Amino acid sequence: MTTFKFRQVAFAVAISAVAVGPALAQTDAEKAIDRYRELVADGNPAELWEAKGEDLWKKKRGPKNASLEKCDLGLGAGVVKGAYVSLPRYFEDTKKVQDLETRLVTCMEQHQGIKAKASSYNRDDHKDIISLVAWIASESRGMPVNVPQSHPEEQRYYEMGKRIFFYRAGPYDFACATCHAEDGKRIRLQGLPNLTQNEPAGKAFTSWPAYRVSNSQVWPMQKRLEDCFRQQRFPYVEFGSDVTIALSSYMGVNGKGVKSLAPTIKR
Amino acid sequence: MKKTTFLIAGVSVVLAGCATMYSAADYQKMAKDAVSASFSEKGIAKKDRINQDAVNLACSQADMTGTPLSGDATRKLEGAEFATIKYPADGKFLGDWKAGEKLAQDGRGSTYSDKPGSANGGNCYNCHQISKAEISYGTLGPSLYNYGKLRGNSEAVVKYTWGKIYNAKAFNACTNMPRFGHQGILTEAQMKDLMALLLDPNSPVNQ
Repeated sequence: MTTFKFRQVAFAVAISAVAVGPALAQTDAEKAIDRYRELVADGNPAELWEAKGEDLWKKKRGPKNASLEKCDLGLGAGVVKGAYVSLPRYFEDTKKVQDLETRLVTCMEQHQGIKAKASSYNRDDHKDIISLVAWIASESRGMPVNVPQSHPEEQRYYEMGKRIFFYRAGPYDFACATCHAEDGKRIRLQGLPNLTQNEPAGKAFTSWPAYRVSNSQVWPMQKRLEDCFRQQRFPYVEFGSDVTIALSSYMGVNGKGVKSLAPTIKR
Repeated sequence: MKKTTFLIAGVSVVLAGCATMYSAADYQKMAKDAVSASFSEKGIAKKDRINQDAVNLACSQADMTGTPLSGDATRKLEGAEFATIKYPADGKFLGDWKAGEKLAQDGRGSTYSDKPGSANGGNCYNCHQISKAEISYGTLGPSLYNYGKLRGNSEAVVKYTWGKIYNAKAFNACTNMPRFGHQGILTEAQMKDLMALLLDPNSPVNQ
């Protein structure tokens, strides 16, 4: 834990160095943040979640006393490598397009008989899902994003995602696109990826799960989207809802071919 | 050769037929239904926040298709937004620039993690450069540094600036800037303080 605290302090120092310096160009500020990320990246605490996730995958648990090793994440029973970069996808057994988190809920029920309570971030069974996601994502590191569009339902989710991305509403009239549809923009000093473009979409899509230094938590995509909507001044977006799956599909398809980074480390 | 072309054309028609199983209107409805089913009330963020008024509906559509609104549609929407602008009852437009600077720095408010009744910040530095001293500013909006120095403070400039803060969509239908007065984000007194930050000759913005 001490090392984590040290990292937080180091980051605070790096940031204040940026803040008190003379007026620096955006690139300089972002370079400093990138350098900080490089410094800590080889010791990403998300590894602790990855290790726990691998255990959870292999351990016999639940009323059926079974592991998740026969769980089908879309590439066949038990195939983990490459699964993260090809989700969300359509599953015949549930007749639904599912992302990694919602698919894990299905697998826990199918194989282990666990009726997972996953609707609240980092509570109940969602804690386990975060660890599983961290490990499963790490098994796809460096692999190109390949979210499928062959099933009509997958195409439908992409098309819905595109429309939801541009959906302006709420007291501030914000859409996802307000902040994420132009190159080189930022809020304060925080760079904003243009999610309509291939490379930034792929990088953003595979940036989650991420270990967040500011609160020592691992955030998977569902939580990332929920907090985006909170800041967008929208009501609460439900875990696993169509909006979250559709937006993941939109980002993933836009990011096709980009090499996966997750789990990453964020401020 | 001709036969092959014909065959390929035939196949493309069939493929296109599959790809356009749903119309644009169908997708629009599905997206709307998904939004309706996916959000729930939390704290101060009531469910009705997902509803779109005419201008948000038109601009979302324009953004999504990449086709800007027609001149006529734009004028109509901007006219309706312009009609919502309320000028200060006492005729005084400028408050305290120091309070305005604090407000410009404050990015809080209106999320479901904010307490009911808590005041909203102006969120200005999130998107704009304003005073030279603050280097942590966003770039979604244009720089406002020297705003008053460059424009003076004629009645026309003062009224335009008030209108822009009150309802920016009156001047640019699909702007990304929130409608601070029209949507009740800021009070009249708060908007006066922001006016002073931009227009008061003593404000750091105009140094």
